[in-house]
Amino acid sequence: MIFEHAANAVIPHPLPDTWQVDAAAQLGADEELVSWAEQDLDNRLHFGTGLLLLTNQRLLSKPAGQTGWLNFPFRAGLVLSQHDHAGVAALELHDSTGRLALWRYTLANSPAALRLIDQFQQQLQSVLTGDPVQPPKKNLCPKCKGELNADTEECPVCSREIHQPPSTWTLLRLWRFAKPYQGQLLAGFLLMLGSTAATLVAPYLTMPLMDKVLIPFQNGEHIQPEIVAFYLAGMLGAAMVSWSLGWAKTYILALVSERISADLRTTTYEHLLQLSLEYFGGKRTGDLMSRIGSESDRISVFLSLHALDFITDVLMLLMTTVILFSINPWLALATLLPLPVIAWMIHLVRDRLRTGFEKIDRTWSEVTSVLADTIPGIRVVKAFAQETREAARFRDANKHNLLINDKLNKVWSLFSPTVSLLTDMGLLVVWAFGIWLIAHHNVTVGTLTAFLAYIGRFYGRLDSMSRIVSVTQKAAAAAKRIFDILDHVSNVPEPTKPIALGPVKGEIELRNIRFRYGNRAVIKNLALTIKPGEMVGLVGHSGSGKSTLVNLICRFYDVSEGAILLDGTDIRSLTVSSFRRNIGLVLQEPFLFFGTIAENIAYGKPDASREEIIAAARAAHAHEFILRLPLGYDSLVGERGQGLSGGERQRISIARALLIDPRILILDEATSSVDTETEKEIQKALDNLVRGRTTIAIAHRLSTLRQADRLVVMDRGEIVEVGPHNELMAREGAYYRLYEAQARNVDTDPDDSE
Amino acid sequence: MTQPKFQLQRNAFGRLVLESADAGRYEGVVPVRAFPVADPGAGISLINTDGHEVGWVDRLSDLPESQRLLIEEELASREFMPQLQQLIAVSSFATPSTWTVRTDRGPTTLVLKGEEDIRRLGRDGLLVLDSHGIQFLIRDLSKLDKTSRRLLDRFL
Repeated sequence: MIFEHAANAVIPHPLPDTWQVDAAAQLGADEELVSWAEQDLDNRLHFGTGLLLLTNQRLLSKPAGQTGWLNFPFRAGLVLSQHDHAGVAALELHDSTGRLALWRYTLANSPAALRLIDQFQQQLQSVLTGDPVQPPKKNLCPKCKGELNADTEECPVCSREIHQPPSTWTLLRLWRFAKPYQGQLLAGFLLMLGSTAATLVAPYLTMPLMDKVLIPFQNGEHIQPEIVAFYLAGMLGAAMVSWSLGWAKTYILALVSERISADLRTTTYEHLLQLSLEYFGGKRTGDLMSRIGSESDRISVFLSLHALDFITDVLMLLMTTVILFSINPWLALATLLPLPVIAWMIHLVRDRLRTGFEKIDRTWSEVTSVLADTIPGIRVVKAFAQETREAARFRDANKHNLLINDKLNKVWSLFSPTVSLLTDMGLLVVWAFGIWLIAHHNVTVGTLTAFLAYIGRFYGRLDSMSRIVSVTQKAAAAAKRIFDILDHVSNVPEPTKPIALGPVKGEIELRNIRFRYGNRAVIKNLALTIKPGEMVGLVGHSGSGKSTLVNLICRFYDVSEGAILLDGTDIRSLTVSSFRRNIGLVLQEPFLFFGTIAENIAYGKPDASREEIIAAARAAHAHEFILRLPLGYDSLVGERGQGLSGGERQRISIARALLIDPRILILDEATSSVDTETEKEIQKALDNLVRGRTTIAIAHRLSTLRQADRLVVMDRGEIVEVGPHNELMAREGAYYRLYEAQARNVDTDPDDSE
Repeated sequence: MTQPKFQLQRNAFGRLVLESADAGRYEGVVPVRAFPVADPGAGISLINTDGHEVGWVDRLSDLPESQRLLIEEELASREFMPQLQQLIAVSSFATPSTWTVRTDRGPTTLVLKGEEDIRRLGRDGLLVLDSHGIQFLIRDLSKLDKTSRRLLDRFL
């Protein structure tokens, strides 16, 4: 029996098959299954599966780690609630006298549980009041409350989590970058065929030279100069052809491989820039830099040198095999006998070397990461006199690097000599078998000479071919690390069918949003509507989620649940760039790029005219100090540039925000890193900026939020109070306490004055 | 500080209630370890529902039996850091990778989003963060069996 869901269920989420039979046995004849949630932890927090079922009459559960079913018929006073901590969520059922039951599960099951809570309240209400359950007006996604198309069950926003590992044939994936150069690659390949074939002519000519010239000469005949000249000329010709074709081939293929790696680098960097702040938060700068810089270079070297040589070798091997077999199949067989052994050896070492090289790469990033950590923080290092400690840390990283290299080199150093030994053994086999064949008059001396000449090259190449193992592994490891970036899907993905954003009014609605950072819930079920042109001040202790909220509104991160709407449209259905174009952001510590002041002001609108730049600078009260600089608007700022004070930098960043004329303005502690005098100056600049725009301002100093239409007091991810200054003061609640605390000691950090 | 200045009890809702002469009465206090990894037994803070500390215990073993049991019980029901005992299989050596593992809390699977989600803890310990934010602890790498170490090695 398959359950039909109650007609009023939000969306059909079929019960997993494993539970169908169990659940069917529990339900009465006129009972309808409304919702369900799986449980993956028992109450001792051991892994185990359990189930919660919600019907139109009761809540049923088979808790994890227990055999029986629990049964809670609907009655007045029942409350179902969820809370979570450190990755584990708990669902509690209470009545007025105490806790009735507790279920625990990991966050993987959280959406289903939230859905169940939602439905529980509705069903309970309906049973108590006798009113039918109100069907939801729209088909909403249970997780993000976004609207769904009538015919789909899966929310396009929520169903994008992928846990598919990238393919292991990483190097083949480079084809995506090689494709534009197919023509050149084909030409290179043909040239390679030609030049390789030409190199094989010379040994072939040794055969008649030996049999028709040298052996007869030993037997007392004369050397005929014209025959010798013919063969030598043939050898010279073949060498010349091989040289010219080889030159053309190497040139063309080197050009192509360089271009492929350049494309790879650019694409990776472009992709990297698209990734969300969350990605950058989890990565170290040194590691990312080495991936894009040196690893793409390694791939280029691999393609232009090693892979090229390898293909040439393989071609030569194939052609030689054909020639050898056409001359004498038996001797050819003896010649090729050691080949499988060597191939097997190569295969054996392959795995070890590959993991080894991947490891070396990672420890190498570790070494650079230490540098990237320490050098920017050099002031702290010196101030606390920790140079020796940092040096030791670097030495440790280096030592670790050495250790892994040493381990790998043990295998690696054994590898090449063994290949040489095997080739020497191979030669012995050919000599022995060749002499035996000559003794039995099966082959001529010339044939043996030709064979030895061929396999001299042949085995020589095997030695270098065996090197391909390590370089391929190195390149594959490099490619994997680059594709790790390329495969990373942005956490703020571009919508597949973006909605065009018309003129923006600037209304922002936060619809029951939740946000989790790792396993810490930072924003909990927050709802707020900001009217167009309204200025809202966010107030609260640090850690209350103000900056996170602003990051969510800017879409630096996407909400875990719920939705943020701009003029009624989910911001996830807009392209990121069209959305951000409407946002002006002024941060606590403005970042100036290396370049002139004019370029920095025009960062968000590179085609701005000089007049626009000056107008923005004037409005931001930056014009005058800029003119005081020796080079005016052409002064260089940013790293290596002219030193500017915090207030001056801030005013440049305000001008930057003014220039793009955004409908929405976000001020994240814009004035808190400057002194009171400068703050006044900046405040004047900000007044110009705020006018007529939807503004969200965060400030520690509550006095800077006086013009705000509404103040939103936040505490631990939730809104505690909303209202204008006077009203909140009159209420004598959380805001009042904050304000009083600051009024008492004006110039101290409000965090210290709880 | 051998005798704590507070009394703990559990109410009908399953919440811990703290009462102390100088700080008052708090319902729903939550014990939190200050060093959950480095020294789990030392430094337990009792946090009220507003997130403020209302009590502090230097060492769990200093507490009277009943009080200690209450705290340990509450900690046990909140702390979830399964110890990884064996890696049975991994879906791939490239991330994201799904691991089938055995832990001290039973067998399970976890999804590793990236190699950076494996963090070193001291000399031999590792902390593996799965895609849902659960932390799997490996106290001593060298005590894992050979297969597990070989699998894990590929991600380190």
